[in-house]
Amino acid sequence: MHEWALAEAVLASARQIAEQNQLKIVTEVTIRVGALQQVEPPILRFALSQMKEGIFKNSKFRILRAKSTLKCRICGNTWEFNHKKLDKTTSEAIHFIPEAAHSYIKCPKCSSPDFEIASGRGVWLEDIKGVQ
Amino acid sequence: MLDPRISIINERLAKIKRIIVVSSGKGGVGKSMIAATLALSLAGDGYKVGLFDLDFTGPSTHIILGVSKSVQPREEKGLVPPVVNGLEFMSLVYFVGDNPAPLRGADVSNALIELLAVTQWGALDYLIIDMPPGIGDAVLDLVRLVKQIEFLIITTPSLLAFEVIKKQMALLCELKLPIIGVVENMKMDKAQVIPQETRRLGLNYIGAVAFDQRVESSIGNPAKLLSTTLGHSMNEIKKALGGKVSCRCR
Repeated sequence: MHEWALAEAVLASARQIAEQNQLKIVTEVTIRVGALQQVEPPILRFALSQMKEGIFKNSKFRILRAKSTLKCRICGNTWEFNHKKLDKTTSEAIHFIPEAAHSYIKCPKCSSPDFEIASGRGVWLEDIKGVQ
Repeated sequence: MLDPRISIINERLAKIKRIIVVSSGKGGVGKSMIAATLALSLAGDGYKVGLFDLDFTGPSTHIILGVSKSVQPREEKGLVPPVVNGLEFMSLVYFVGDNPAPLRGADVSNALIELLAVTQWGALDYLIIDMPPGIGDAVLDLVRLVKQIEFLIITTPSLLAFEVIKKQMALLCELKLPIIGVVENMKMDKAQVIPQETRRLGLNYIGAVAFDQRVESSIGNPAKLLSTTLGHSMNEIKKALGGKVSCRCR
């Protein structure tokens, strides 16, 4: 499970923030997952639940979704990423490395591969709450 | 909003004894050939070795190693690199195939961070990293994100290459990063300019790799590659790996 590696990263990052803020218990961690990487929230949640210990023992994990917007650098067109338009192999490649999108997706207006991943790329730690 | 991937990178690399970055300010000097051959040679000595192709826009180590298109990383709590010719091998080509990967700076950084964060390297004696030419995003990101890197610098006998490489070495020295030394690749005469200039900078001149026409025909054939002049030259580089690593420039 690729999500497992990302869950480990989320916990390592949240632990660092907790230490910086002298939190002894983390009550809630809010994570945002961008549509481009197609991370499955139930799998991410399961991985987090299997790994949580110590200061995260009783933490609640909120996983929010974000749409992914791509913006063409040539014609300025902005469009929303939709993995349902891709075949399984392409979809999986972008799941593992979202930048692989540049090898498969083109601007629907001018066909340029030179676009910016404007939002909703991957996994982000949005908020952490706890008790000092 | 915080990118959580950064926090896990050094943990992912914790079981690797040495990370050797094969780099050059200039393109076309033979970085990939030397990176792949060095990795193969170390593996042939019995070391556990990984090879990581970070030249996203111009990857070539998979061609040098003759990696089959059916080979893919295994998904297990991340991505486990497949073992190819005795090397744990990771590259963006697993995900982009033969398609071009037109990546700008921020995309290069993101792809590099993603691969560093999700690749589950085993316990390795050496991780050899094949870099893109220049001192751009990939070099700066590695310096920023990975603690234990050492640089092996590749040049050709051309002053055009060396003048660019001098800038790279000045940067690495300013950042106090360890430089194992300089390899002069594809040498066709006995000129002493590069050795003298390298030593004048206070750096280790590891040696010259004589131009060998057989190298081209050994692409995709690791056993043949190791029998070329390039393959035999790995002994000098491996000796330098065991020597004192310089991080001082004059």
